Amino acid sequence: MGEDNFQPGGDRFPPTRRSVIEAIGGIDAEERERALESLCAAYWKPIYKYIRLRWNRPADEAQDLTQGFFLEVLERELLAKFDATKSRLRTYLRVCVDSFVSNEDKAGRRQKRGGNIAHVALDFAAAEEELGGVVMDPAAIPSPESLEDFFEKEWLRSLFSLAVEELHQFCITGKRERAFRLFEAYDLDGNDKISYEQLAKENSIPVSDVTNALAWARREFRRIALERLRELCGSEEGFQREARSAFGRNAK
Amino acid sequence: MKYLSDKALERLRDAAELPDLSSTRYRVLERVARGGMGAVYAAEDEKLRRRVALKVLDVPGNDADLTNRLIREARVLARLEHPGIVPVHDVGTLADGRVFYTMKFVEGQRLDKFIESVTSISDSLRLFLRICDAVAFAHAQGVLHRDLKPANIMVGSFGEVLVMDWGLAKLLPGTARRPSQVADPDATVFEKPTQASDSDVGTEATVVTGHGTVMGTPGYMSPEQARGDVEHLDARSDIFSLGALLRFLLTEVQAKGRGVAGSRLDRSLEAICAKAAASAPADRYSSVTELLQDVSRYLDGLPVAARRETFLERLVRYYRRYRFFVLLIAAYLLMRVLILFFLHR
Repeated sequence: MGEDNFQPGGDRFPPTRRSVIEAIGGIDAEERERALESLCAAYWKPIYKYIRLRWNRPADEAQDLTQGFFLEVLERELLAKFDATKSRLRTYLRVCVDSFVSNEDKAGRRQKRGGNIAHVALDFAAAEEELGGVVMDPAAIPSPESLEDFFEKEWLRSLFSLAVEELHQFCITGKRERAFRLFEAYDLDGNDKISYEQLAKENSIPVSDVTNALAWARREFRRIALERLRELCGSEEGFQREARSAFGRNAK
Repeated sequence: MKYLSDKALERLRDAAELPDLSSTRYRVLERVARGGMGAVYAAEDEKLRRRVALKVLDVPGNDADLTNRLIREARVLARLEHPGIVPVHDVGTLADGRVFYTMKFVEGQRLDKFIESVTSISDSLRLFLRICDAVAFAHAQGVLHRDLKPANIMVGSFGEVLVMDWGLAKLLPGTARRPSQVADPDATVFEKPTQASDSDVGTEATVVTGHGTVMGTPGYMSPEQARGDVEHLDARSDIFSLGALLRFLLTEVQAKGRGVAGSRLDRSLEAICAKAAASAPADRYSSVTELLQDVSRYLDGLPVAARRETFLERLVRYYRRYRFFVLLIAAYLLMRVLILFFLHR
């Protein structure tokens, strides 16, 4: 078998989405807006929760700061300064958030924002509800490392949630809703006791159908998540690093 | 948008991490190991109905370096047909674009675990000789391992010793290659930097002095490998690792108090370790075979090349080697003395 047979990726998985970092720095206004929406969709929740926890801000102020931060990204072209060889995008954004909140405090600025990212539904109420499980006791303020871990985890949750949502839409369009239902029941509902046999019984299908449907759904989930991730990375090397970090629990 | 609990997040990670083997004859059973660039799974070859180990990259993508490294590793293994080196069965690309290869599934223990059950210095030396045998064979085929350490040695359930993980292997310059073998001897030790110019990629030395990343394991990596002195890497670099490995084996057994008496290693063994793991390559054994022969000499009670022994030590060694005859002669002499003594009373 020749070396060419192993060319990574081949023509099976061409990078279908342009990196948001390139697009936001581009001249096409429509593409820029779309890129900002993608960035915002993936990062608003982790950033909002991070501001609430790290900066201990009340919900309304954290909402304002979250929206203000994305405007800042656009106005001050923060992504143009991002160097993918030096850090990961989410680390860079987290540092930018810290700097932004700190500057806002110094300047004493408080204003209602959010008009330019109206296309992304920022469901702050849902984010608040999710935060319900997070310890907010100031006496137990996490160390910088645990805050970083918290941000990483929330970012991953956001990325996977978007991928699950897209998979759902993909299943509806492709008339494979049953596969999604099985995937939801087995992988998303957090029920450790559920088995393939039980799912087969509940859906009156053979166990092999459950196995195949789950294998398909997981494969598609992985593909979508990787596509989204690639879109959010500044370079192929950064993408590889991020993907290993996202999918490999023990990888460093 | 559905909220994903921590449990769901972990489950999705597990699910997403599994390789998609739908286009292959293999079926994943479980993940058994994880490394820097990929993971190893226990899988079933559905055609031959046997268990194999499947090594696959983490992520599909355009990282030619990682892909080529994995392919190179498979090809290096394919050319090393030896009982002490795990045989490769198959290599290919998954439906999701990731490169994989399959190899014999070795059921056993890593050396660092297995050594806990070794009870004598001589047993650990015999184990070491089998490792040397596999490495000597690889060197004869023009392949350096470059990451020899306890975690990369497996001891099978029937006592077979296998040298694993040839991901950092390097073909020595001047190695005769078959036409189909196009493995690049340069690219495995140093990851090419993304910003390197075309001219940087040509030789390891340039990459190293420019932006190279040294790959290997501290404590087992030779000083020249740690320095990135790639041009001068030869068999003696692996000999350094073997020296460190030998010291590990001996001190592990020694620490349990079941080896030779006393808290220090036997001087000859100490000398063998020191010579193998000398800082300067010129001070080491010139080949693994030399190291292997020296350890064998020690086991046979012969003088080792690594150290010149004193007269007293030579006597002790002779005594240990010919203990039965020495005791027999001593008994005979004692008896003669006693007879003479009683006859002259």
